[in-house]
Amino acid sequence: MNAAQTQRIDLQVIADLLPAGSKVLDVGCGDGELLDMLIRDKQVDGRGVEISQRNVNLCVARGLSVIQGDADTDLIYYPAQSFDYTILAQTIQATRRPREVLEELLRIGERAVVSLPNFGYWRMRTQLMLHGRMPVTADLPYSWYDTPNIHFCTIRDFVNLCEEVGAKVEKAVALDGNGDKIGLSMPWWLWNFFGQQAVFLLRR
Amino acid sequence: MAASRKKARNDEANNPTSPVVKFGPDKPLELAAGVKLAPFQVAYMTYGELNAGRSNAVLICHALTGDQYVASENPITHKPGWWEVLIGPGKIIDTDKYFVICPNVIGSCLGSTGPASINPKTGKAYGIDLPVITIGDMVRAQAMLVDHLGIDQLFCVIGGSMGGMQVLEWASSYSERVFSALPMATGTRHSAQNIAFYEAGRQAVMADPDWRGGRYLDVGAVPEKGLSVARMIAHITYLSETALHRKFGRNLQDRAALTFSFDADFQVESYLRHQGMTFVDRFDANSYLYLSRAMDYFDLAADHGGVLADAFKGSKTRFCVVSFTSDWHFPTEESRVLVHALNASGASVSFVEIDTDKGHDAFLLDEPELFSAIGGFIVSAARARGLRP
Repeated sequence: MNAAQTQRIDLQVIADLLPAGSKVLDVGCGDGELLDMLIRDKQVDGRGVEISQRNVNLCVARGLSVIQGDADTDLIYYPAQSFDYTILAQTIQATRRPREVLEELLRIGERAVVSLPNFGYWRMRTQLMLHGRMPVTADLPYSWYDTPNIHFCTIRDFVNLCEEVGAKVEKAVALDGNGDKIGLSMPWWLWNFFGQQAVFLLRR
Repeated sequence: MAASRKKARNDEANNPTSPVVKFGPDKPLELAAGVKLAPFQVAYMTYGELNAGRSNAVLICHALTGDQYVASENPITHKPGWWEVLIGPGKIIDTDKYFVICPNVIGSCLGSTGPASINPKTGKAYGIDLPVITIGDMVRAQAMLVDHLGIDQLFCVIGGSMGGMQVLEWASSYSERVFSALPMATGTRHSAQNIAFYEAGRQAVMADPDWRGGRYLDVGAVPEKGLSVARMIAHITYLSETALHRKFGRNLQDRAALTFSFDADFQVESYLRHQGMTFVDRFDANSYLYLSRAMDYFDLAADHGGVLADAFKGSKTRFCVVSFTSDWHFPTEESRVLVHALNASGASVSFVEIDTDKGHDAFLLDEPELFSAIGGFIVSAARARGLRP
């Protein structure tokens, strides 16, 4: 599998978690790839919020219902429980206040699906431990000074945050460097070490 | 002013070139001012064919100085339709697929009842005896036209500026009759600054001795000076500082040096004077007062107990809100207020801000990014409506 495919393998995992026909809000929907896929394959009633106006215009041009907005400030305008699912795909690490954003996701949606890059992934640890440098990988190609990703966490850290905000983890999937799922029976520490990214299905 | 054009304009106010539907005393228009207007008439143009399911109708709402000739020649100016870049065969609003309706608003002067229309009680033009008209009144009259055309639900309602206000009023008051809505370069109310600019324009009209207390048509006069100043003021607000400066800079008009007079030394002065003078050829001064007033009075939140989201409660309409970066008449912030209210009401909404330096009038121009966004919106709405996109 090439880099581009492994990179957004989380999108397929997210799609698999959603029942057909559900009402979905994708926060940080980018150019609309996931929304498009969900509408096509899962017939969802999909909406999006995206911070980049350029991306928003692309989304609307492809027929998606998307607005320009900031996850940190604009989620307050949505009424409680107005969606079946809220989605935050590879975006939480770029928010200024991840905890508040997660709480908003759980307020707006019956359930929330969050995918995130795992900073506890062994390749990350290696770069920091052996080279003493902030990790730069194919999936996270930014240097520390120009990265939009300002709040990195590990799978373990995220599980802790879920406990703090009172979210129940209904399902969790960790994906290794090849984009393969790590066995469900494996312990958390193993996920935290071998998981390059993880997808969580959360409930209030 | 060319006398023939003046006559043409007066004729168009009562007997327009376009089709017109007349509503008799049995079908009065209930005005927000608390009176019934009867009889009254709505002039309109249509393009394309209504399909068998009557589901492909697109209503175009025009702006303050617009008219029903959205995609065909204006009978007074003989210029092409004002939105032909968007509407026509093979265009984004494809008249081979959609049945496009564009009514002249009540209060205007191109054939729908307005201050230049003959008051049947006096045999003279209404002048300012016509009650003040609101955006709600315009839309109520349009709904009667849509009824008359036998259309239950409009596939899309589209408009910019004052037209955008009508779109919002449609979506709020006749939510179930609007499948999709495209308000552009507009807001849910006039800001104090907007009211201020239009008040300056109205005062210019009324200060012209030829306005004659609003009764100028009785004596065949026209407050040309006042109306052209009003147009000049408004026109500045429709353009951005950048665009104006790029177009004219400090260039001089047909001269090598300043004349030390109050002639139009600068190109921008000459341009504005031209805008003013051509406007009086085609527009009625009292209509300008009425329509600018209608915009000032529009306040969608106030109509719903101060809660804007309540204007769209339970709405199933698909919205696409459009703003332009350099529009200081209806800045993006106004659209954002609308979008937040639509979110709060749970409505389906897209929101695009187009990066342009062309100001408020950008919605009328050929902006590729604008067209690709609204094209995508229309196609996806058509698919959802079961129309051939």
